[in-house]
Amino acid sequence: MDKITEIRIHGRGGQGAVTTAELMAVAAFKDGKFSQAVPKFGPERRGSPVEAYCRLAKEFITLRTQVYEPDYVIVLDESLTHSLDVTTGLRKGGVILINAEGKKGFGTFPTYTVDANKIAMEILGRPIVNTIMLGAFAKATKLVTLESLVEAIGERFSGPVKEKNILAIKRAYEETKA
Amino acid sequence: MDTHIIERLSEIIADGEMDAKYVNVESEHSAMSVCLGAQATGVRTFTASSSQGLALMYEMLYIVSGMRLPVVMVNANRALSAPLNIWNDWSDSFGARDSGWIQLYCESAQEALDTVIQAYKIAEDARVRLPVMVCIDGFFLSHVYEPVDIPDAQAVGKFLPKFAGPVIDFDKPVSQGMWAGPECYQDFKKEQNDAMIRAMEVIHEINKEFKEQFGRGYGNGFIETYNMENAKYALITMGSLAGTAKHVIRENKIHDVGLIRIKSFRPFPFAEIKKAIKDVHALGVLEKNLSPGLGGALCHEVRGMVKTKNVSSFIGGLGGRDVKIDDFMKIFDDIRHEKKELVWV
Repeated sequence: MDKITEIRIHGRGGQGAVTTAELMAVAAFKDGKFSQAVPKFGPERRGSPVEAYCRLAKEFITLRTQVYEPDYVIVLDESLTHSLDVTTGLRKGGVILINAEGKKGFGTFPTYTVDANKIAMEILGRPIVNTIMLGAFAKATKLVTLESLVEAIGERFSGPVKEKNILAIKRAYEETKA
Repeated sequence: MDTHIIERLSEIIADGEMDAKYVNVESEHSAMSVCLGAQATGVRTFTASSSQGLALMYEMLYIVSGMRLPVVMVNANRALSAPLNIWNDWSDSFGARDSGWIQLYCESAQEALDTVIQAYKIAEDARVRLPVMVCIDGFFLSHVYEPVDIPDAQAVGKFLPKFAGPVIDFDKPVSQGMWAGPECYQDFKKEQNDAMIRAMEVIHEINKEFKEQFGRGYGNGFIETYNMENAKYALITMGSLAGTAKHVIRENKIHDVGLIRIKSFRPFPFAEIKKAIKDVHALGVLEKNLSPGLGGALCHEVRGMVKTKNVSSFIGGLGGRDVKIDDFMKIFDDIRHEKKELVWV
């Protein structure tokens, strides 16, 4: 079996970290990959640090543990980096994508920064950044396609929420510089 | 946990996509009571529960199986309090082990779906007429997003035709769940046990039939073996643990250890397990369950039938503790070294 690609998403309860993992899994499946999304088995309270995971592979994934050594880390909320080390277990050469205003660095790990809050406030009117981060992730990593993400969002949401999220994800895709 | 299942079902029924009546109740005890009453009139029933909810159903579980009602439920396996814990282990359904329900444990979301379809056919077979509990690991399977092939409704309808009864007949009234004194109670229990034993052949047949029609089968219906061809050692486990075990065996190219996944915990497939382990030197049982004062209940059942080989006992994953890749490597080593003492993973 080819190696499984593992992604860890850090967020705060209510920011949609679990939804991020689920949408990524659905989009990757639409791209022709096998995928698996699971939440971290821990307390889920609004505002508290939460994690969710996504696995991508060419074959059906039977591994059913939590993710400990991810290849990619997505950070939905910059303030999390003050209280926890988001690089824990990150594999050598692992990539970080973080929602932050300025440029951020994590040692030797290649890091992509996107001001997702700004896009979210402008398009969604609320600081919900999960879909925006998926757009940025698609651009930065090419692990999922923008088309499949848009399709996955289209199935998950409806009405203006759907339209705005699709707009936001496309803008994040445009604005993220690889 | 189970709430996902029930919430989605309520939407499907409210949208008119499913011809069913959705009954809101105030407790799990009532949920199973409603299934009991509805099933006795001659309709298919379904509910889902887990943990404390299943514990609250306990009284009704025995009555449903004793009345030989083919109710089907999904239990998203979770720990029992105290201490308060909402995560996965098998404490809840192991507590209902002797309630007379067929218990089938699944490894993937796909298997969970396929097993629910099969469960009705097993439960309603005239040779069986027993309720079926489809057990899925809480969170590991209840909260996973992964590819699932949803079979066509028409194909499912062909495999599982409309409920054929018995249906309540007002012209020929009968009493169900009646008083049975010392002169006959035991006979009813013997019949229940006989039905459970007959369920073995039915489970086997239906797994085969399902595979022929949908292209997916799960071992022989009771157990599934993996990497056992040249194995000197065997790990026996159930549920989602088996998926990780397969991954570890495959990724590390392990040849000497094979896996036996028990799908049917009740009825317990003694003969099938015996056959599967006949060429191994030693084996181990990994389970997310504890019978305080005994150890692992699943291991105890395996030891009861394996007198000449060492059976190492591993308890892990209680209250959601993750059984990791490295844990499996250590477990395989302990099995090879014929570990005697109970190992807490």
